[in-house]
Amino acid sequence: MKQVLIDYTLHLADNSLIMGQRNAEWCGHGPVLEQDIAITNISLDLIGQARNFYQYAATLIGNHATEDSLAYLRKEEEFKNCLLVEQPKGDWAQTILRQFFFSQYQYLLFQQLQNSKDGQLAAIAEKSLKEVTYHLRWSSEWVIRLGDGTDESHRRIIKAIEELWKFTDELFSAMSYELQTASDGSGVDISKLKEPWMNKVNEVFSEATLAIPGKTLMQTGGKEGKHSEHLGSIFTELQYMQRTYPGCDW
Amino acid sequence: MQTHDLEKIFGQKIDNEVKIEPKDWMPDAYRKTNIRQVSQHAHSEIVGMLPEGAWISRAPSLKRKAILIAKVQDEAGHGLYLYSACETLGITREETINDLHSGKAKYSSIFNYPTKTWADIGAIGWLVDGAAIMNQVMLTRTSYGPYARAMVRICKEESFHQRQGFEILLVLSKGTGEQKAMCQDAIDRWWWPSLMMFGPHDSESTNSEQSMKWKIKRKTNDELRQNFVDMCAEQVKVLGMKIPDAKLKWNEKRMHYDFGEINWDEFWNVVKGNGPCNKERLAARKIAWDEGEWVREAAAAHAEKRKTKQQEAA
Amino acid sequence: MNNYLRKFYYGDIPEDKAGGNIVSSEAKSDWPLWEVFIRSKQGLDHKHVGSLHAADAQMAIENARDAYTRRMEGVSIWIVESKYIHASNPEEAGELFEPAVDKIYRHPTFYDLPDEVNQM
Repeated sequence: MKQVLIDYTLHLADNSLIMGQRNAEWCGHGPVLEQDIAITNISLDLIGQARNFYQYAATLIGNHATEDSLAYLRKEEEFKNCLLVEQPKGDWAQTILRQFFFSQYQYLLFQQLQNSKDGQLAAIAEKSLKEVTYHLRWSSEWVIRLGDGTDESHRRIIKAIEELWKFTDELFSAMSYELQTASDGSGVDISKLKEPWMNKVNEVFSEATLAIPGKTLMQTGGKEGKHSEHLGSIFTELQYMQRTYPGCDW
Repeated sequence: MQTHDLEKIFGQKIDNEVKIEPKDWMPDAYRKTNIRQVSQHAHSEIVGMLPEGAWISRAPSLKRKAILIAKVQDEAGHGLYLYSACETLGITREETINDLHSGKAKYSSIFNYPTKTWADIGAIGWLVDGAAIMNQVMLTRTSYGPYARAMVRICKEESFHQRQGFEILLVLSKGTGEQKAMCQDAIDRWWWPSLMMFGPHDSESTNSEQSMKWKIKRKTNDELRQNFVDMCAEQVKVLGMKIPDAKLKWNEKRMHYDFGEINWDEFWNVVKGNGPCNKERLAARKIAWDEGEWVREAAAAHAEKRKTKQQEAA
Repeated sequence: MNNYLRKFYYGDIPEDKAGGNIVSSEAKSDWPLWEVFIRSKQGLDHKHVGSLHAADAQMAIENARDAYTRRMEGVSIWIVESKYIHASNPEEAGELFEPAVDKIYRHPTFYDLPDEVNQM
C-alpha cells in the first residue's frame, strides 16, 4: 500500500534530518578544529540522506509535495523520527555516544535495506552505507577514547549512557508501516537488528571499560508522532523561515 | 655561516622569487611577521564560521542548509591549512589560540558584525568572500612557501563561496516584496564593513619598522578597494538593488567609480574590540576551547594507554 | 637589506592600535602534530599537503580524510608524526646534491644506443 511506503520513507528521512540538525549545532563550537570538521562532515552526510529520502517521498506523494514542504511544513505529530535523535546534543560524550548508537543501527538497517524490493530505497541505502560505515568507525573510537580516557571523560560518558539508553529500544520496536514494508520486501525487519546491535555495543563498551545498563524503562513514541518537547524547539529554528515567509523561493 | 651571508642568501631568494621554506634561515622579523599574518588569517577563518554557522539551523531550504554546512566546513578546513602553515614557523597552535583569546592576536573585523537575517548569508558570500578572494589571489604569491601553498589550496576551494552568496541574493531579488527588502537591508549593512576589509588608506598604512620587503606584485589597499567597488557596482545592477553610497558614481575621466568616504572611527573601534559582536565571538571561541579541554585530555590519555599496552605486548 | 612596505589584508593593523590584553596560559593537553601525505586516484606518489593535530594514528587518518580529501575520491593517505620526519638541511644542499649533477653517466641520455634497442 502506497501510504505505508510513504510513511516508512518519511520515517527514514526524519531520522536523518533531525540527527543532522542536532550535529550541525556543533559547527564552530567543537572541542578542537579537526573534530569540528568531522562532526560537520557527518551532519552534511545525514542531511544528504534526508534529502534523498524526502525527494523520493515527494514523488510518491505527488500533489506538489517537495523535499522542503515535507521537512518544513509538517507538524510535530506528523514527524516519525525516533526520540533518540531529537534529544539535545549535550556535551561531546553525549553527542558521540548517540552517534554510535544511531550509526550502528543505520549500518545494520542499510545493509539489509540495500536489498530492498523497492529500487529507490535500495539505491539510497547502498549509497548511504559507505558514509554510515565511516560514522560508525569514528563514533566507536570516540566511545573507547572517552570510556578509557580520563576519570572525567569516563564519568561523562557514563552520564551520557544514563541519559540515552532509555531511547535505544525504540530503534527496534516496529511501527505498523515498518512491519508492513518488511513483509512486502521493501523494508527491513528491525526486530532482527537488535541482537547484532547489542553485540556491537557490548564489544565497544567492553573495550571502553563501560557497562551495559541493566533493565531500563524504555521510552518510545517518536516513530508514531508522539514526541518530547525537544522536537518543538528544534522546529522553532528548523522551520522558522518557511513559516514566517510562506510560499517563497529561496 | 655569517649572518650577513645568510641575509644575502635570503635576500637573493626573495629577489629571485624562490620560496622561503621552514628550515631556511630567515630574519627574526620576517618569521614574526609571518606568524602574525598567517595566524590572524587562520583565526579569521575560524571566527568567520560563527556568524554563518548561526544560520545553519534556520536555513530556509534543505539545499541551502547543505550548501551552508559545506561552506562553513570549508572555512574550518582553511583555518586548518593556515594553522598548519603557521606551525612550521616554530609556534604551536595552542600558543596562537591563546593569543586570539587574550585579544593580542586579531582576526578580520568583518566577522564582528551580526548576521541578522538570512539575506546576510548571501551578502557575506557576495561581498565578504568577494573581497577576500581579491586579496587571496595576491597571497598565493607570498614568499613564505607553506603560506603560499595553503593559499593556492584555499583559492581553489573559494570560488563556490562567492557564487552561492550571490545566488542567494539573486533569488531574494526576484522574490516577494519582503524578500527584496531583506536583500537590500543586508546589502545596506554589509557594504561599508566590506570596504573596510581592505584596510586603512594607503597613506595611513605605514608601519615600516615591522614590515619587510619581499617581492610580490601586489596592489595597494586603495587599488584593491577601487577594483572591488567597480566590480560590485556592476554586479548590484543584476540584483536590481542599490549600493548604500550616495556618492557612488561612474567617473568617465578616471574610468572608475567614485565612492564615498569610509567611517574610519567605526573601523578603528571595531579593530580595538568594540564592534557589535567582538565580545560574543571571542567568548564563543573561548567557551568552545575551555569546554573542549576535557575531551582533548581524554583523547591524549587514551593514546598514552594504548601506546603503553602496545609496548607491553611487544 | 631594504625595507619596503608590506601590505597585508589580515594583520595590516599596527600593534599599537590593536588593543587587547596580553595574558598567556599553558595548555594542559597537547595532541601531537602529524604531517599528511595524499596520493590521488591517478597519482603516482604521495604528496605532502599539510598537517593536523590528532591524539592517535586512527584519528589522524580520519582527520586527514575529512580535511584534505573532501573533493577527491579513492585516495591513499599517509600520516606521520611530525617529530619522526627528518629533513635535509638546506645549507648542506651543496655537499649533498652537487656531486649528483656531475655524475652524468647516471642519466639514460648519456648512453648512445643503436636505434633497434633505443627504446630502453
